[in-house]
Amino acid sequence: MSAPLLQVRDLQVHFPVFGGGLLPRQTGAVRAVDGVSLTVQRGEILGLVGESGCGKSTTGRAILRLLEPTAGQVVFDGEDVGALQGESLRKLRRRMQIIFQDPYASLNPRLTVGDIIAEPLATHGLVSGRDAQRRRAQELMHQCGLDPKFVRRYPHEFSGGQRQRIGIARALASDPDLIVCDEPISALDVSIQAQILNLLQQLAKDRGLSYLFIAHDLAAVRHLCDRIAVMYLGRIVELGTYAQICDDPRHPYTRALVSAAPVPDPEIERTRRRVVLQGEVPSPLSPPPGCRFHTRCPVRQASRCHDEVPALREVDDRQVACHWAHDPDVTGTG
Amino acid sequence: MSAADTHLVVDERELVAGTSLWQDAWRRWRRNRVSVVSAVVLVAVMVFCSVGPLAAELLLGATYDGQDISLGASAPSWAHPMGTDVLGRDVMARTMHGGRVSLMVALVATAVSLLVGVTYGAVSGFVGGRVDAAMMRFVDLLLSTPYLLLVIVLMAVIPPSSVSIGGLDGSFVLMFAALGLVSWLVLARIVRGQVLSLKQQEYVEAARAIGVPQATILFRHIVPNTLGPVIVYSTLTIPSVMLSEAFLSFLGLGIREPQASWGTLVSDGANAMVVYPWLLLAPGLTMTLTLFCLNFLGDGLRDALDPRQGET
Repeated sequence: MSAPLLQVRDLQVHFPVFGGGLLPRQTGAVRAVDGVSLTVQRGEILGLVGESGCGKSTTGRAILRLLEPTAGQVVFDGEDVGALQGESLRKLRRRMQIIFQDPYASLNPRLTVGDIIAEPLATHGLVSGRDAQRRRAQELMHQCGLDPKFVRRYPHEFSGGQRQRIGIARALASDPDLIVCDEPISALDVSIQAQILNLLQQLAKDRGLSYLFIAHDLAAVRHLCDRIAVMYLGRIVELGTYAQICDDPRHPYTRALVSAAPVPDPEIERTRRRVVLQGEVPSPLSPPPGCRFHTRCPVRQASRCHDEVPALREVDDRQVACHWAHDPDVTGTG
Repeated sequence: MSAADTHLVVDERELVAGTSLWQDAWRRWRRNRVSVVSAVVLVAVMVFCSVGPLAAELLLGATYDGQDISLGASAPSWAHPMGTDVLGRDVMARTMHGGRVSLMVALVATAVSLLVGVTYGAVSGFVGGRVDAAMMRFVDLLLSTPYLLLVIVLMAVIPPSSVSIGGLDGSFVLMFAALGLVSWLVLARIVRGQVLSLKQQEYVEAARAIGVPQATILFRHIVPNTLGPVIVYSTLTIPSVMLSEAFLSFLGLGIREPQASWGTLVSDGANAMVVYPWLLLAPGLTMTLTLFCLNFLGDGLRDALDPRQGET
């Protein structure tokens, strides 16, 4: 296998919490991301799934260095992203882009669509001259399914789906290798979601792009992703191919997540058994010891789950962070 | 791709023109009659004060400091449409001249507050952390100093003649300095607050992800989005600065004879109010009209620039 495009090793992002007295001092830390390791191959689409607050967006932003990681390493095409400064970091930014969740907040309301899409072109000196930049912006608009004659319009004159296309065009402008898609469809109407997913899939195929596709439910990533990583409370609990995760989940949390996704077939849907988790997600301020999922786990085993942090280990060609993943007696799979 | 390319060549004339937020606001503002009328009146007052003295001198031979003691305080007449004061000076010429001073003080103080306040606040909010804390404590410090005391000390300690710049009287310069010194503080706070919330916006994050330099992010993506409230606040600053000037002059700390401002004229007029009412009415009414219009203009701009706020 060739060297992966993106390699993340033991990434940690902690947000300090200040409190007390006249002189504030750090009293704790929100462990938003606490030891995430993953790889994205060239041309691969990796899904990153988990409920809100589990650290998936933080992971994406730390990879792009929009947030400074507390610890760990991000290697993009052989370069250590964390070690780059100034000009070399700016050069690298051309090759990693991001598409945001909220198509209303992610476009500057004072700039025309043409200016927004041309910004990466001007910043990195890819196309010089305002006319040439506008033409390139129009080409990108066309490729993203927007009418190029609207290049002089402002974001507020477009619908949510169209705005998301503008965001995609901007991300494509610098001709990146990797795009972090931060829940790009969850703020859109269901009818628009499919269109945007198809567009993203088409673009990935045409341009050989890699995506880190962040989503909060499996339904969104089902048809797009080659592999899926499931996150819970700042850690990856299971990582495998789409078929492995959806048809044969091994981690009890993944099983609950998979069983929550409705099946578009009334016959099967009627017999679908849901694994309903008890309780709330613990606070990332003071995550539980041992396995982070043990407070809600339906197959928790005495003492070991509480005492020992399960490593992300290879089990049947996929990675699972559960002490009992290989033990059908406990997990009830087999 | 060639087929797609040819179809992409969109003629300049075929492009659909967008409507920017500024154009939107302009359209909304034009529908606000009171505010538009106020703007027209303000322009008229400015013309009256800037061109007026020249016209008055040519047509009536009246200047703000030309005395004719034999006239004394005479009531309005054809030669002196607003009458004359106790020294026989034409009140209309003095009102126009006073308007110049008052408007100039107000505009300069506002310009200073815009320039210093916006930059200071934007940098403070954008850099954040300790720099922000230090910069804002400095603003707090200045704000908590009684500004009147500051101005009085400034006026008393520095002899006006020592700071005159060119043809500008020293008392003007001191007035500009004193009012400029305090007028930017609140604006800096407003801008800082705006910047703090704007820099968390996703489009700012997108710009960072693209690799746009920090200064460009601040002045292209953040500052233009703070300008709405800034413009509104500035329009409402002008009247307050004019009132401060009038107040200082009223106390005898500002403009000195034979110069005049609306403040000094009103002060003089108030002393003779019962005997020679025109001495108070002419400058008083002009000033009131101006302040009135400025407030209506500011309200109109606020409604136009921030349509969500004005509904209540």
